[in-house]
Amino acid sequence: MTALSIRGLVAGYDPDLPIVKEVSIEVPEGQVLAILGPNGAGKSTLIRAVAGMVPTFGGEVRLAGRDVTGAPAHALARAGLGFVPQTENVFTRLSIRENLQIAAELLPRPARAERIAAMLAMFPDLGSRPEAAAGSLSGGQRQMLAAARALLSAPPVLILDEPSAGLSPKLVGQVFQTLRRIAEDGVTLVLVEQNVRAALELADRAVVLVDGRLAHDAPARDLIGNPLLGRLFLGGRAEQAA
Amino acid sequence: MTLQILVNGLVAGTTIGLGAIGLSLTYSILRFANFTQGDLIAWGAYLTLAVAGAIGGLLAGLGPAGPLAPFSFGWTLPVALLGGMALTVLLALGLDAVLFARLRARGADAIILVMAGFGASMALRAGLEFIFTSAPAYFTRELQIARPLGAGMRATPDQLLVLGLTAALVVALHLLVTRTATGRAMRAVGESPALAAVYGLDVAGVVRITWVIGASLACVAGTMSGLLVQIRPTMGFDLLLPLFAATILGGIGSIPGAMIGGLVIGLSESLAVQVLGAEWRAAAAFVVLVVVLLVRPSGLFGRGA
Repeated sequence: MTALSIRGLVAGYDPDLPIVKEVSIEVPEGQVLAILGPNGAGKSTLIRAVAGMVPTFGGEVRLAGRDVTGAPAHALARAGLGFVPQTENVFTRLSIRENLQIAAELLPRPARAERIAAMLAMFPDLGSRPEAAAGSLSGGQRQMLAAARALLSAPPVLILDEPSAGLSPKLVGQVFQTLRRIAEDGVTLVLVEQNVRAALELADRAVVLVDGRLAHDAPARDLIGNPLLGRLFLGGRAEQAA
Repeated sequence: MTLQILVNGLVAGTTIGLGAIGLSLTYSILRFANFTQGDLIAWGAYLTLAVAGAIGGLLAGLGPAGPLAPFSFGWTLPVALLGGMALTVLLALGLDAVLFARLRARGADAIILVMAGFGASMALRAGLEFIFTSAPAYFTRELQIARPLGAGMRATPDQLLVLGLTAALVVALHLLVTRTATGRAMRAVGESPALAAVYGLDVAGVVRITWVIGASLACVAGTMSGLLVQIRPTMGFDLLLPLFAATILGGIGSIPGAMIGGLVIGLSESLAVQVLGAEWRAAAAFVVLVVVLLVRPSGLFGRGA
């Protein structure tokens, strides 16, 4: 079954100058999809539009078959779409526990404490000091908290915008290890990532966006070390590159 | 100079502090300086007065309702205050729906919202004068004798009630913001409305709650001020500078800070009246505001810039 369906999506900040141009992607349940592309290709705008944070001007978005095109971000979160922004993805003035408590509001009351405890156990760095302000966490720990927050309500689909941005290589490894665990639990993952190798090693499938349009769609393993990817990043089209 | 300045300052500071809490909340969550907060205080007082009058009219056949000893007012005032709060909340929500929400939806800059608020403030004030005239009005004409508190200080029962009610409200609000899901949501939206939406919070709902709290406090502040002094259409406008001074002194978004800021401004005004003369009252708030902006722009309890 299709977990997330994007059909002919047009999105951006100005209807006359769309950034995302008629992009169509079907993501089956449990798949890990990497969205790759050069800077300015519209990757972040695409997933932010899917998550209800950027206006859409055409096309449709379906979550488990349900039309959610243009729905506001909070409604999409309640409908089961988890989204982790690239930066400023935790409330720095709130404690770790408070960040999780806000996310837990999406769950039935009896389940909340148990899920928060489960997340704190899953991420020991967070569980060791749950009352600390999120602003005191390192970059990697913030990404962990952001992932824990998104996972707390057990969303069927989780979208991440450059989860390794700004992190040291060691922390990048930790973040991808965490994402692998999440994927093994059957969560459908969609991630935009500049660290192409790490993304392709994690993903089942990758799409390449160039200038707001879908330029290539292939199994991730086919793209590892493939010079086609480099040519696409330099602005070529798939047929030219091949 | 006597310690009576302390009592006078604290009593004046309660109105400023409660109004400043509302201003601070709207500033931290809606991210603009809401010039209508002062006029919501005035409207709150008049709406409470109108509800009290309506209750009095309905119960006229039962004979006059005497004051609740030792206070100067009868039981109708607390009941009318609840009605006044509800009506002030409706006024604030209506103002937001008609004006501010539309501007926010269009992505208006903070300065546009401030200017819109300034215009709305004038309209609200003119509306009060049109409906109630500019003649002062009173909740009660009972004469209260101030009672000795010790150390040369005196206060009327009404003044002590106002101080007690204010303290209770501040504690309740502080607990609401720091210990409840509603408070967490308000702090989250105050930090980042976009991220709050990603977390699944209904930002528009949190904005409504902020208006409800701000308008309720404005009504209580206006009613308290009206009870202790008098009600005038310009009473809120006259409070604007002290409200902003208290909000900035306490630190934007801090409830205890806004209250303490209000009390400091009230004490400063009281001291200025005693030492320099009544004409210097307004200057006290201005001086405090300038000093805070120069020395600690983030305020006493504010987060650093």
